[in-house]
Amino acid sequence: MIPLLHPTPDPCKLALADGTVVTGIAIGHRGETGGELCFNTSMTGYQEILTDPSYYGQIMMMTYPHIGNYGVMDIDMEAARPMVAGLVVRAFSHRYSNRLADGSLEDWMRRYELVGISGVDTRRLVRHIRTKGVMNAVISSIDLDDEHLVEKARRLPSMNGLELASYVMTEQPYDFCTGPGPRIAVFDYGCKLNILRMFQARDCTVRVFPGYTPLNEVMAWEPDGLFFSNGPGDPRAMPQAIEQVRAAIRTGLPLFGICLGHQLMALALGFKVYKMYVGHRGANHPVKNLRTGRVEVTTQNHGFAVEAESVDPREAEVSHINLNDQTVEGLRFKSFAGLSVQYHPEASPGPHDSRYLFDEFLELVAAHRPATTPQLARV
Amino acid sequence: MPKRTDIKRILLIGSGPIVIGQACEFDYSGSQAARALRKEGYEVILVNSNPATIMTDPITADRVYLQELTPESIRRIVEKERPDAVLPTMGGQTALNLAAQLHEEGFWEAMGVEIIGVDIEAIQVTEDRQRFRDLMEQIGIDQARSRTARSLLEAKEILQELGGLPVVIRPSFTLGGTGGGIVWTMEEFDRKVTRGLELSPVHQVLIEESVYGWKEYELELLRDANDNVIIICSIENFDPMGIHTGDSVTVAPAQTLTDKQYQRMRDAAIKMMRSIGKFAGGCNVQFAVEPHTGRMIAVEINPRMSRSSALASKATGYPIAKVAARLAVGYTLDELPNDVTGTTSACFEPSIDYVVVKIPRWNFEKFEGVDEELTTQMKAVGEVMAIGRTFPEALQKAWQSLENGYAGLGGDREDPTREEVRARLKKPYWDRTLQIRNAFRLGASVEEIHDITYIDPWFLYQIEDIVKIERELERRTLDQLDADFLRLVKQYGFSDVQIAYLLQGNVSEEDVRARRKALGITPTFQLVDTCAAEFPAQTPYYYSTYETENESEVTDHEKVIILGAGPNRIGQGIEFDYCCVHGVLAAKEMGYETIMINCNPETVSTDFDVADKLYFEPVFWERVLDIIEHENRHGKLKGVIVQLGGQTALKLARKLHEHGIPILGTSFPMMDLAEERSKFSALLRELEIPYPPYGAARTVVEAVEVAERIGYPILIRPSYVLGGQGMRIAINKEEVERYVRNILKLLPDNEILLDLFLENGIEVDVDAACDGEEVWIAGIMQHIEPAGVHSGDSTAVLPPFSLSEEVLNTIRRYTEDIARRLQVVGLINVQMVVKDNVVYVIEANPRASRTMPFVAKATGVPVAKIGTQLMLGRKLREFREAGLLESKLRGYAIKEPVFSWDKFPEVPKELGPEMKSTGEAIAFVETLTDEHFRRPYAIRNLYLSR
Repeated sequence: MIPLLHPTPDPCKLALADGTVVTGIAIGHRGETGGELCFNTSMTGYQEILTDPSYYGQIMMMTYPHIGNYGVMDIDMEAARPMVAGLVVRAFSHRYSNRLADGSLEDWMRRYELVGISGVDTRRLVRHIRTKGVMNAVISSIDLDDEHLVEKARRLPSMNGLELASYVMTEQPYDFCTGPGPRIAVFDYGCKLNILRMFQARDCTVRVFPGYTPLNEVMAWEPDGLFFSNGPGDPRAMPQAIEQVRAAIRTGLPLFGICLGHQLMALALGFKVYKMYVGHRGANHPVKNLRTGRVEVTTQNHGFAVEAESVDPREAEVSHINLNDQTVEGLRFKSFAGLSVQYHPEASPGPHDSRYLFDEFLELVAAHRPATTPQLARV
Repeated sequence: MPKRTDIKRILLIGSGPIVIGQACEFDYSGSQAARALRKEGYEVILVNSNPATIMTDPITADRVYLQELTPESIRRIVEKERPDAVLPTMGGQTALNLAAQLHEEGFWEAMGVEIIGVDIEAIQVTEDRQRFRDLMEQIGIDQARSRTARSLLEAKEILQELGGLPVVIRPSFTLGGTGGGIVWTMEEFDRKVTRGLELSPVHQVLIEESVYGWKEYELELLRDANDNVIIICSIENFDPMGIHTGDSVTVAPAQTLTDKQYQRMRDAAIKMMRSIGKFAGGCNVQFAVEPHTGRMIAVEINPRMSRSSALASKATGYPIAKVAARLAVGYTLDELPNDVTGTTSACFEPSIDYVVVKIPRWNFEKFEGVDEELTTQMKAVGEVMAIGRTFPEALQKAWQSLENGYAGLGGDREDPTREEVRARLKKPYWDRTLQIRNAFRLGASVEEIHDITYIDPWFLYQIEDIVKIERELERRTLDQLDADFLRLVKQYGFSDVQIAYLLQGNVSEEDVRARRKALGITPTFQLVDTCAAEFPAQTPYYYSTYETENESEVTDHEKVIILGAGPNRIGQGIEFDYCCVHGVLAAKEMGYETIMINCNPETVSTDFDVADKLYFEPVFWERVLDIIEHENRHGKLKGVIVQLGGQTALKLARKLHEHGIPILGTSFPMMDLAEERSKFSALLRELEIPYPPYGAARTVVEAVEVAERIGYPILIRPSYVLGGQGMRIAINKEEVERYVRNILKLLPDNEILLDLFLENGIEVDVDAACDGEEVWIAGIMQHIEPAGVHSGDSTAVLPPFSLSEEVLNTIRRYTEDIARRLQVVGLINVQMVVKDNVVYVIEANPRASRTMPFVAKATGVPVAKIGTQLMLGRKLREFREAGLLESKLRGYAIKEPVFSWDKFPEVPKELGPEMKSTGEAIAFVETLTDEHFRRPYAIRNLYLSR
């Protein structure tokens, strides 16, 4: 295309399953990738988004046009590597400016073989998805034949009914941190690192288990509380995990779930989860805490949600709702000590308004712990 | 919490006359607040002395007090009106200070008036440097480090502690910070500290870490009574710390912060707002970030609507003032809908998928001897905002909006020399973005420019990319423009004028446009929707770019396009925005679909719920034509209104006419007749109306010849300028030579007009309307100052105070004759000078004038509305029969000019034919014994110079 602005101006195409094809310039790794095309409206935090395991298998389209401005930094990783299947942007910054950065987004994408496309009308595509619903897509800089690409996009499996967590969860249990505080066992379905950092900052000892670890193995570690992490895919395709949550409830330990973990907890109680038309992906969603009446601006990243009508009031109360569409954002359980939220209180990227939820969970844990254990200072 | 029912009547305080640093953004916030409160069923009492505002219209408030903003007048109004609450956050620092002062006197309490929207404590803390510092320290917010020294030795120790030069020296307790400032060298340090220790009555100096060159940011916050806080917008200053944010090029959203940095700033801002009180309302918080370490410090916090909140509103589409007003009466954010989407909540943080660039507008040419260097003292008189999908596009569009002759960021004229660029770039001047572009043209590197300017390299990369495209354009001919490349060029914001200039061969703007359209490259219009297209939006607020989908749907209605006045500047300010807003409302009332085009973020006309459709676009020919062509695809374009947007809009009349686009009201040939001096003189001769002897010249020699023929003193001015730019009075041949040479240097190829100056004449301004047949005189104003002082700088009295009935009849007759002869349909303003009972006509402007809002306020007659409806075919008879033309004025109304001299201490206070005032106030007096008349009358000759 225009050599003057791009060091290596390779043409690239993005094809949607409905036949829409747009041309742009290849960024990052040269190659081909496919997945569900989704968008995120956060204006900062592209690196955190690209490394968020919940996005595993999805092509991320950033609505903010300039992406790559401040390069990449190790501390902005939410996992050890990028998790998205591809990146779509309007105006990629090949050159970045940030004295504290470790390198450019372009080099980083190449290192991790992440395929991307720049120079496309992202706004039109967002409006397209908004009206037509999310759909699969393919990005390619090696095959530029429109029909081929559309066909490839059509052949990709639908996210509906797809189990993806096992692709991103840890293979072996590991200790994330030790501290004087309670012992938190994390069921990893693709846990964001910042969730673990939240527990760390609150003096917890954290061990991360592969999501499908049998409960007795986890209990053998003698945890004080159990955490069900975020992760990609359709929770309804994870019967094993749902069963695990049921067993966890029977232990009587306080439970906390975020995003996918929240959905699994709802399913364990017989509530219904449905796939949303577009989903919520951004860092500006208003959530009202119905217990306090306060509103928090939250980070959201989910394509499935808990059906409000299916929440059995004997089992749980809806504690948080989204102010934009009134969908369920949080549950407080009645039959056991536990809470769960659909959004991301650990943020990263996004506002820090909801971090109190970690404190609330740890309060439940503290209340549950035997009196012999020393009480801990809050962070 | 729903709205409060215990308060019913609310006093809203305006910001008074426009001065540098406090401009028409407060008309925007005030009128938005007033409308929102009235809609909620509250009775709104408004006080402001500025007649050229929408907020002081009967349409905005229940009762308007056009009175001066002093504690006495507020007391009088409150005693009469007995409001339940006062909202002082919409009228800038003026309103806040008044509220604080009356609080200290215990007035509000005594009257049972509650202050809403802010806490008194918050005003005090944020205005007191030391208290603010202490508070920030207490809540753990970092600030510039500093320590007090009692000796040079101690000062040197502190210097070492702070990490070396540069530092800021602030002698303690000296008046106005005398002896302070930033020091860059050891010699300077020794000298300033020693001198500071001497100057300070307590012999102490504060040595403060310099934040010069740090990155500068602003956040706009809203909070409700439930303590929910949201950030509406982040703004990054292109110009780092050291230049007042009002003088900085700014960009929204922030471009170079990682999420962790941004969230840290967000947390700090929220903490700061919570630390200054519990009020429900808005706040602006400023931060500086050290680029190497990322260290962030708080600079200041303003608990009120501000210039930046107006910008943030326009940049995101989020109506901050309206929501802030509703929060002040008890609503919480979660109870309010987002007006833009109509379906989602107002309690969220807007996400945008475009870039906004603001460039201030300065008027240095008006002030001889002014120091043009940009510093921490604001000097700009207005600003433009541009929206583009990317930063380069927005930057170029902002330059197209400035209306200073540029068609973008350079690339439309010969480049300056290396020496000029080097000299110009050394210090921050108004054209810094352009000089950076020039430096890239000359081969400078990003590093070199960054070292001089401290501007973040990311912005410099973007400008370098613009220059790379320029170079590619220069290599090509028109025929070599392929669709892909031309689309990219347009996406980088280049205008057809720039492209034509840069291409090889002799290419015109029209050639480029034709080629572009042949290649199918036309702009698309995208919606400003607060949510980056996540949700459908309803507000008809658009910007142009070069994307692949058009979101501005064209209706089948009959449409009227109103051209706005662009950036505020001396001679063309808020008055024209007032006219545009009334034009829109008047056309709406007649059932037309109204379409507004303007680029000034401080205005009411760019509020998305004023016109049926708002295009936030440069009032620049190419962009205007694009919109017209787009809107012309369906339905019928009734026409374009050029009479309301000052000279900016009027200037486009010729091109509209040439392109066969209907102009509403007075025809273009007639406008041209009034503008073109020789034709107009012929017309006056034909009507047997006297005018001062005049001549025209294109060279110094010609000018001297004309002057010798006409005689002295003689008035010299360039043609087609605004607010008397470059106008001088010469008393001899030498002065003629000097002035004309200066004008030709500034405006080469301009025709120079020379008029005999009618010394000690009485100047008269007439505003009138005409429906093509009948003429109605809306107001005749007599100036207190003698002719020679620009009419905008004069104190005008309505009705005249010392003219005989015979003279007045002559004035009326001349106005009628001229209006009829020009077949005026709409508005006209005629300027005359009366000397020895002879009435001379100086000029006629077939458009809304600067004084029209004053006349409307003085007489209570909706002049702008009447003028607009005449343009749309109504007749004066209809208004007369409805009794709408009757003046309600009792006594006299006085228009008092207001200056911003304090911003230019190096400029002597002189009045002449070049306008210098930035704003105006209105005063109503019963008799001429009133101080408002006597004071200016007594000193009427004092400041007249040339």
